[in-house]
Amino acid sequence: MNHEPDERGYWGEYGGRFVPETLVAPLDELTKAYFAFRNDTAFQAEFSGFLRTVANRPSPLYFAERLTRELGGAKIYLKREDLNHTGAHKINNCIGQILLARRMGKKRIIAETGAGQHGVATATVCARFGLKCVVYMGTEDMRRQELNVFRMRLLGAEVRGVDSGSRTLKDAINEALRDWVTNVSDTYYLLGSALGPHPYPLMVRDLQSVIGRETRSQILEAEGRLPDLLIACVGGGSNAIGLFHDFLSDDNVRMIGVEAGGRGDRLGEHAARFKPGGRAGVLHGTKSYLLQDDDGQIALTHSVSAGLDYASVGPEHAFLYDCGRVEYTSVSDAEALSAFQMLSAVEGIIPALESSHAVAHAVKLAPQMPPDKVIVVNLSGRGDKDVATVAEEFGGIG
Amino acid sequence: MSRITRKFEQMKAQGRKGFIPFISAGDPDLETTAEAVLLLAELGADIIELGVPFSDPIADGPVIQASSQRSLAAGTTLEGILKMTTELRDRTQVPIVLFSYLNPLLNYGIGRLAVDAAAAGIDGVLVTDVIDDEASAISDTFAKNNIDLISLIAPTTIDERLEQITQHANGFLYAVSRTGVTGARTETSSEAEELVKRTRRFTDLPIAVGFGISKREHIEDVWQYADAAVVGSAIVAQIEEAKNRAELLKRLRAFTISLLPER
Repeated sequence: MNHEPDERGYWGEYGGRFVPETLVAPLDELTKAYFAFRNDTAFQAEFSGFLRTVANRPSPLYFAERLTRELGGAKIYLKREDLNHTGAHKINNCIGQILLARRMGKKRIIAETGAGQHGVATATVCARFGLKCVVYMGTEDMRRQELNVFRMRLLGAEVRGVDSGSRTLKDAINEALRDWVTNVSDTYYLLGSALGPHPYPLMVRDLQSVIGRETRSQILEAEGRLPDLLIACVGGGSNAIGLFHDFLSDDNVRMIGVEAGGRGDRLGEHAARFKPGGRAGVLHGTKSYLLQDDDGQIALTHSVSAGLDYASVGPEHAFLYDCGRVEYTSVSDAEALSAFQMLSAVEGIIPALESSHAVAHAVKLAPQMPPDKVIVVNLSGRGDKDVATVAEEFGGIG
Repeated sequence: MSRITRKFEQMKAQGRKGFIPFISAGDPDLETTAEAVLLLAELGADIIELGVPFSDPIADGPVIQASSQRSLAAGTTLEGILKMTTELRDRTQVPIVLFSYLNPLLNYGIGRLAVDAAAAGIDGVLVTDVIDDEASAISDTFAKNNIDLISLIAPTTIDERLEQITQHANGFLYAVSRTGVTGARTETSSEAEELVKRTRRFTDLPIAVGFGISKREHIEDVWQYADAAVVGSAIVAQIEEAKNRAELLKRLRAFTISLLPER
């Protein structure tokens, strides 16, 4: 299987570029710069260097010994993206893109954020490289992720609240695109997930694929063989594609993407695009699976985790779903919350609510698998930011 | 020949320039929109752009975003809009262009829309977020039903693209006056004139200029170098202010008269 999109950014029928005419020129400029970056060894070396010194890579592959024993089935390893600087996988993409923005001579960086992890990572690299930073964030997410809002401001970013629609990630992307279309000449849009118009889904995947490459060599060292199963949560899908990419051609490695099942199956109660009700459509510059109503209006979504609370999904995931290479499932808010507690108590690791969805699915599957099987769960972020939300869900901190 | 092309030829013969108002269909409801279309045609609109509401209008500023939301809250659908224009065709022959984002159209089905829109008296469709090959495919399907896909050009569009876009364009070209989203501005931009001049090297198609045009002087300025001026947010703002249908039509009449230069 070829995992490259075609030159117009399509994987099968998904992807492409659906944007106002004004954005064609900056996207062409970005594509040209990115493809030069992709093939430039000096630049790749610079990227690897900053991944080491800024992001603290490689991140460990951790054997979750007590969790494995507790569940009594397959061995569970955690890819510890939560131990990266800024606490999530988002920093990988941000370092790559900020180097690109710098090379392109852009002075002003804009970004969207849902849970705030991408906003914090963007604010961090902007501070490190001395660039002006504006982060758009839905006001509902600002409420849910107050701590991250403060972190971004501390890092020198301007956080602009977005009060339209569901006041979450989708609306933050709308506003970032409006900013970009207005300030095309000096502004770089540092998109945080493997979605949006070409070349973003490809570029973000490439920059995140360090997760899978490290995992491969780490599991070979630990187990002497490839894993049987990879599990990652899927919002936009960057941590998942980052883990999966390097294994897509290994037919014996099963992969599962876990979406947010929210609190029910009806439209508006979840963010599971591959559930019945999701179908192909165009949002934010790309064609992919999309939660929409009968009139093609984008549906509101719900998840306890702000980072998974999004109506569309990266186009490569749509392609991998259709061709069956990756399986997609969902877990509910309640299951994710229970996995959050379990990992905290059993391993001493507080996972992000997003990552808790992946952990929750591993908790379901591991007991059904024999002890000689190996699961790798992408622990995409740490959960400090979610402690207040979880306390609220369980009826207060006391 | 389409109603749009005929209209521009007629204007050319009369030596005058065009006025193209935009309103969101279904804001505050479709009955009012139908009345507003008739009024605008009576007051001298040469073509009318009807916005198809979308939940996530990334090319629009706050005024049209709010207008789309009001329309959606009133339950407006593409079916409903086409039903309204079907009924309007007994009462006016003003060319009507739907202004939409892609997803509601994709959801309806492009082939089905071409047939239904033609039957509903729609003359053109402008899709804000479709370009290149995807635009060509839609344009071909629409052309078979005598509907023009109106192409957008922007100050950032390079000459090579202008050449490609104009080769496949029908009806007229919509020149975005400046980088940015829709919305009234106090000043017009000099970028628009430069864009129109560059485009003229590749095509004889009529060129309308939109985005940010909100005053009589802006229209007069656009008429110096282009074929028509589009006014959107400034008109929609009048609709937003009105408390009921009678007041809305009264405001719309007064504002349009104040806006439209002598021709």
